This record gives sequence, C-alpha cells and structure tokens, in this order.
Amino acid sequence: MKNLVVCLMAAVVLLAIASTGIAKEQELIGAGATFPYPLYSKMFDVYSKEYGVKVNYQSIGSGGGIRQLINKTVDFGGSDAVMSAEDLKTAQAPVLHVPTVAGAVVVTYNIAGSPEIKLTPDVVADIFLGTIKKWSDPRILSANTGTKLPDMAITVIHRSDGSGTTNIFADYLCKVSKEWKDKVGLGTSLNWPTGLGGKGNPGVAGLVQQTPGSIGYVELIYALQNKMPYAGIKNKKGNWIKPSIASTSKAANIALPDNMMVSLTDTDAADGYPVSGFTWILMYTEQRYGDRTEEKAQEVVKLVWWMAHQGQKYAEPMEYAPLSKAAVEKAEKLIKSVTYGGKQIMK
Amino acid sequence: MIQPIEGGAGQTPARAKTRDKTMTQTKAETAQAHYRPGFTLSEAAFRKILYLAGISVLVLLIAIFLSLLIASLPSIKALGISFLTGRTWDPVTLKFGALPFLVGTLITSFLALLISTFFSIPISIFLGYYYREGKASSFVKTVIELLAGIPSVIYGFWGLFFFVPIIRFIETALGVPPYGVGILASSLILAIMIIPYSASLGREVISLVPNDLKEAALSLGATRFEVIRKVILPYARSGIFAGILLSLGRALGETMAVTMLIGNSNFLPTSIFSPANTMASVIANEFTEATGAVYLSSLIELALLLFVVTTIINIIGKIIIIKTSFEA
Repeated sequence: MKNLVVCLMAAVVLLAIASTGIAKEQELIGAGATFPYPLYSKMFDVYSKEYGVKVNYQSIGSGGGIRQLINKTVDFGGSDAVMSAEDLKTAQAPVLHVPTVAGAVVVTYNIAGSPEIKLTPDVVADIFLGTIKKWSDPRILSANTGTKLPDMAITVIHRSDGSGTTNIFADYLCKVSKEWKDKVGLGTSLNWPTGLGGKGNPGVAGLVQQTPGSIGYVELIYALQNKMPYAGIKNKKGNWIKPSIASTSKAANIALPDNMMVSLTDTDAADGYPVSGFTWILMYTEQRYGDRTEEKAQEVVKLVWWMAHQGQKYAEPMEYAPLSKAAVEKAEKLIKSVTYGGKQIMK
Repeated sequence: MIQPIEGGAGQTPARAKTRDKTMTQTKAETAQAHYRPGFTLSEAAFRKILYLAGISVLVLLIAIFLSLLIASLPSIKALGISFLTGRTWDPVTLKFGALPFLVGTLITSFLALLISTFFSIPISIFLGYYYREGKASSFVKTVIELLAGIPSVIYGFWGLFFFVPIIRFIETALGVPPYGVGILASSLILAIMIIPYSASLGREVISLVPNDLKEAALSLGATRFEVIRKVILPYARSGIFAGILLSLGRALGETMAVTMLIGNSNFLPTSIFSPANTMASVIANEFTEATGAVYLSSLIELALLLFVVTTIINIIGKIIIIKTSFEA
C-alpha cells in the first residue's frame, strides 16, 4: 500500500515536471491590421511547424492593434498606417515600425463593358471630392481618348468602416490635391464629401458591382482575386502605371529613412504605382516591460527577423508585394536595435 | 442587500398559511414551518434565487450605463452639447456631431415600425381569432417564428440583391439619384425583421380574449369584423402595443442588415430615398479602427445616446401601455 502511494506521488511529480516542460512552449500574441492577415496566417503556420512557436494573430484592424500594443496586451501589433504622434506619445516608450510587405489600393469602377480607363491624380481627387460629377467630363475624356465613356452620373463608393486602405488612399489624395488636404484630410475614417459607404472590401466591391456608373477603391489583392476592373494612374514622374504586384514593390525604390516610418504614396520611383504602402509589425524597442521574460523578447525578435527574410517567399504567391532589397536591409537594422534591459537581443 | 431577501423569505410560509385559519400567531407559524425543513428550505432557497436573478438584471443595467457614461466622459468634456446638435462627423479634425445618426436611427426605426404594423396586426388577428388551431395555423405560426431566427446578415444580403435593384428602378423612374441603398431599403428590411416580434405577442393576447365576451357580442348580432373592432382590439390593445414596442427596440439596435443597406452616408437625410446612417451602424463600422481618446470616447458616447434613446422610448411606451390597458 505504501509503495502504491509513493508510486502515485512520483507519478504526480513527474507529470508536474513534464507539464512545465510543455508550458515552456512559447506562444506569441499579435493583433492588428486585417490587410496582411491571410499572409500572416500562412507565415505563422509555417513558422510554428519549423520552430514550435505558436503565433496567435488577431486581425482586429490597425487601430485596434495600436491600442493593444499601447495597453501592452500583445507581443506585437500590426498596422497599415504609421502610428500618429498622439499614439506614440501615449505609448510612452519608443515603438519600432518593421515593414513586412507592401500593398496597393486600386480605383475600381462600374462602366458598361468595363473599358480600361486611365486617370490623372487631380481627376481622382476631384471625383472623390464630388467636383467631377459625370463620366463624360472633359478632364476624364482627355486622358482616355479612344475609349467610349457614357454620359452618366458618377456615384462615389467609399469604405464605411475605419480602414488602413482608406488611410493609404487619403494619404495619396492629400499629396496630389491641396483641396483634399484642406477639406477632407488624412485618416482611417473620413468625413466623405460625397457618396455611399460599404463595409470592408466586399462591401465596397458589392456596391460598385451593383451601381452603374460607380467608382470606388479596394485593395489590389481583392481586385485581382475578384477580377474587378481597375484604373491606371499617372505617377509623380508622369508615367502611366497599371497597378500590379511588381509596380507596388517598385514604389519603394526610393531613399528609405532609417526608421521606415515612410509612406509609399506618390513616390519618386519612375515605375512605381503611386497608391502603395507598407504594412508594419509594431513592437517596443525596449522589450523589458511588465513581466516579460527575456526569452519571450528573443522569440518575438526571431519571428520578425524570419518574416523579413525567409517569410518573404510566401508573399508573391499570395499576391502581396515582397520587400525590396533596400527595404530588407533597413528592416534588419531596425530589428537589431531591439533591446532587453538595454542589452541588444540580436547581434 | 441580504436583509430584504431574508425578510422576504421569512414571509413565504407566513403568507401561505394565511389561508389556514387555525393558525393565527405569526411566531407560531414560523415555528411550525421549521418542523418541515425540506419544504421551507427549498422554498426559501428558491425565493433567494429569484431575488438574486431579479437584482442581477438591475445591477447589470446600471453597470452598463455607468461604464458607458464613464468611458464617454472625455468626449462629453471635449464636445459638450455640440455632440447632439452637430451635423459633421469628422474623425480627422475631431469634430463629432451625432445628429445625422440620431435622425437616421429614428426615421428608419419608426418607418419600419409603420410598415411592419400593417402586416403584424392582421397576422395577429388571423392567427389569434380566425385560425386559432389546425395545421395551417401552426404552419404559419412556425414560419413567422422562423423569420425571427434568420441571422441579420442574411437579411442584409437578401435586401441588397432583392430590394435594392427594385428601389433603384423606382428611383430612376422618379428621377432621383439611383443609389438603391438608403433609408427606404433599410426600413423595408427592418420591417420584415421585426414582424415576428409584434405578430407573436399580438397573436398571444388576441387568443387570450375571453370567449364569453366574443360570444356575447356575437349573440347580440355583431359580425366578425365588429367583434374584432369593438371587443378584441380594445381588450387586447395594450398587449398588441407591448409587442410593437418590443419590435421597436429590436429595430433601434439592429446593426448588420442596416449597415449593408443604408448607404453609410454621414449627412442628414433629405428624403426617404437618401442614404443615411444609424448610431449602431456607425459604432460597428468605426470602432475597430478608432484611435485617439476623443474619437474612441465619442463612439462610446454614441452608444450611450442609443441606450438613452431606447430607454426613453421604452418608458413612453410603458406609459401608453398602462393608459390603454383594458382594466384602466
């Protein structure tokens, strides 16, 4: 009988040891942007199989990701927009913006026969401001000689939910139109001067497909996957650029700043599509906060490093624009600057 | 909080025994009750559970109200009364005026209520008076209850593909901008969504009208229509109204289907064809991406406003129910 008790106790102790061993398997938590979510889930799935580190990413939107990072409830955030000065201030500690992939926003439309159309930056701005009201407007026609456009009213379709897509689009319009900058401005949600709102990319796409004469904006991936027509746009160098994965990547062929908190809209890149943008992983430069262990900090850094290198090969098959070589180099420097208690984590 | 519960529990056996005329003294009653511990204990425990359930609902309601109020303090401080009167909702310049959403919510809900009443009252009479029993009746009853079980996103989709093209056709014929989506589309879909609530309750109260009354009216030579008009509707009106009130509550808070059909435009609507927006829809749309203290807190203040509007409408409704009830 005594032996049995001893045996049982030994079993319990062994089990306890074993379970702490299991508990040691790290789990990282991230939250944020919905745009890179399909890619991130693929990346994190591969990563957990290779390294045994589970990553739980919740696509709650960039704003939510920033909020969660500020509240320190996640190991990293995801965002399509650079954190605002106000948010950086509330975060109290420096936050790194490590780019992972780039994406583009395209202008889609519903015109009978889906002809290919081209738009100049000022025309795009004036359509979304509501000052160009008809498809037969001479300013639209002059860029599309040879294309038959109907004498039809334009219905603008925008996002009704706050979105990084809106932010990139507004960022572009702010740069090309002073009127837009003064009247509407930049943000994830805007006070739209005209038009209807649809929830999410599917909402906008649905309204555009249903409303004859409408124009809207969606992510490039969404337009590609759903075979929607999209307009070519004249970039800063005066070249007509059709949005594609390649022309999105090329938009980043500029002198990139060290902190990578850079907008890719209306860049000087000659072959770049002008309505492009990075999506970032957000993390604190100093990883020693709250009750974080050094181990956890190392795991986060390892993960982000992997995403900027090995992870990049999953981008293009899923229709995301991978980082250019220059961008990867900048990302490396950023990841190396992460510290734990002042000590550099990755050398 | 515990004191009244125990006091209440103590009263149970006492009240039960008041019919028993052999016992007169309260102390003796309770003493007697203690000799049957199984009975009293379960009785007391049950009573406690009921009290607890009742109080917890109250606590929950107050907690929701308080947490909304506290979270919206920053925007109340920053915006003041302009939150209620302002017509601009601009997250960029941090100007938040909820008037267009307040108007949008009220118009869509009451228009939906008006449309649904045309269907729900006849349905109640049909099922509560004409065809109270039988297979056909229970089939219709089940179908109506099924309507309440359909997820709102399905209503939204159906509205988008069925109502919107029809409305766009009408708009083109009338010469107004052919958006399709807007107040009319969302009110129509809301009307269908809320029919089950008012129809079920209406049927219930109409079938509860005493047969003596109906038979008395019939024996005096009243026609069926006269019975409905002069006996059933006056007798059941407060119950029918309660059903309508229940469905109004549902219409005010409906989010998904409305978001898909209302056009999400932040302007004051000018006609029933205009695109508009509702409070619930704005919260659902913008909450995920809202950053910054004032913006976030404005959205919560919008929730608070919706809460208050729903409460006020319910209180007014309760007063009308009391005033119109048969006994009064």
